Amino acid sequence: MKNNKYLSYFTNGIIKENPVLRLMLGTCPTLAVTTAAINGIGMGAAATLVLIGSNLVISLLRNVIPDKVRIPAYITIIAGFVTVVQMLVKAFLPSIDASLGIYLPLIVVNCIILGRAEMFASKNSVLPSVLDGLGMGIGFTATLTLMGAIREIIGAGTIFSLPVTVNFIDPMIVMLLPPGGFFVFGVLVAVSNKLATIKGKEPVNCTGCGDCPMKDSCTKESEVAADVQ
Amino acid sequence: MQNKFIVSSSPHLHTPDSTGGIMFDVIIALLPATIYGMIIFGYRAALMVLVSIASAVLSEFVWNKLTKKENSLTDLSAVVTGLLLALNLPSSLPLWMAAVGSAIAIIVIKQMFGGLGQNFVNPAIAARIVLLVSFPAAMTKFYEPFGEIVSSATPLAAEAGTYHLKDLLLGMHAGSIGETSALLLLIGGIYLMLRRVIAPTIPVCFIGTVFIFSLILGVDPFAAILSGGLFLGAFFMATDYVTSPAIPLGQVIFGVGCGLLTVIIREFAALPEGVSYAILLMNILVPHINHLTARKPFGTEAAKDE
Repeated sequence: MKNNKYLSYFTNGIIKENPVLRLMLGTCPTLAVTTAAINGIGMGAAATLVLIGSNLVISLLRNVIPDKVRIPAYITIIAGFVTVVQMLVKAFLPSIDASLGIYLPLIVVNCIILGRAEMFASKNSVLPSVLDGLGMGIGFTATLTLMGAIREIIGAGTIFSLPVTVNFIDPMIVMLLPPGGFFVFGVLVAVSNKLATIKGKEPVNCTGCGDCPMKDSCTKESEVAADVQ
Repeated sequence: MQNKFIVSSSPHLHTPDSTGGIMFDVIIALLPATIYGMIIFGYRAALMVLVSIASAVLSEFVWNKLTKKENSLTDLSAVVTGLLLALNLPSSLPLWMAAVGSAIAIIVIKQMFGGLGQNFVNPAIAARIVLLVSFPAAMTKFYEPFGEIVSSATPLAAEAGTYHLKDLLLGMHAGSIGETSALLLLIGGIYLMLRRVIAPTIPVCFIGTVFIFSLILGVDPFAAILSGGLFLGAFFMATDYVTSPAIPLGQVIFGVGCGLLTVIIREFAALPEGVSYAILLMNILVPHINHLTARKPFGTEAAKDE
């Protein structure tokens, strides 16, 4: 029973609460870097490392950080991990660094990471937080890789830079451009909504807090109001 | 006796016009330019038109089947979309690209947004731009009429003064299948106006703006309005009911905007032709134009600005 609970912390992020397709978080890097499957893996892996690290540290410090300054404290912790990851990528994977460009340091402001810190790590103990970070990271990576693969096959005729169709038909370059990104993203969200409806769950319907799949774990409205005052 | 009173909800007056009838008129109006394109560009142009229409109709049919929607083939809108797209393609384009373009026009741009009446941009225009962005080399390779000489230069891309106005008017120059003869497109447009399928507001404002703005910029205004896809765009694509403003004032704004953007793109951007992009951009603005030009109901006060 206990094992199942830990397993669900881990699997939550992969399908049920997939950060990109179900929680609608981290859309900017999702659209920007997925011009090739390898970029999706690189971005996903970098974000996963940061996510695990920041969830771990924030969970450890959750009783120490004062509520009123928690966001700056989280950002500082996240920025620390991003710097480490960025230096590692620059040192060992310069080609990934070149293709991710500005989006690598921008992981600092990636809302998946801050979102999980606020919604999960600050309320749970260390092991669940790490598992949550790992699961969310894998869900993010898988989605980005899938999007990158679709865009790469249609847009460049290759997959992981290996030729697939490029020798037979001209690739549709539009898929590598922003419209192609939005198109694939929209289609994937539609498919995941359809699958969720088949399983009897609510589709993602961005009309307000009530429709959000995160509503149970999210900061309550009364709390937000109290914070503002 | 009392059975003769028909009780129904409004509207009580009906026009005999139907979507299918209007689309049929558009097809008739496009026929002269289509046949002319087939004559000067040969069998490949005819094949392109057939493939494009077949792909559009098939896409519409398959989508309706898959989504269990009512069959909408009889309104002929898919045929018009396929035909318009083909007329906007160079005759040298591989046929499968035309088929892909038609499928994109129908499925992605029309049906995914809810079908005819819900599309926010003209399907044929948007599909042409998708093809142009996707296959830039193939989409800018034009044949000269009656020849196998591949020319990359349409009159717009060529040096000024290379083409005579008579050639531009009659369409004896390289270009997309249906855009070359301004005269035949004009005849088609006038037919549509006489049949009251389209109002002259948008085409006149569009072409007039291009004429005046080109004149101001020192470009030969007659060559500017007769070359490129201007007549095809102004008469047949900018006037699409779904993606143009509902009220005459809005149509004036829309036509002038299309004209200004066309000339700006032609003269200052890296592209030789701007009609498609101009119409696409103005399509996107249509809801705002409609909102701005909405008539105030008689007897009500004008809303005061806060």
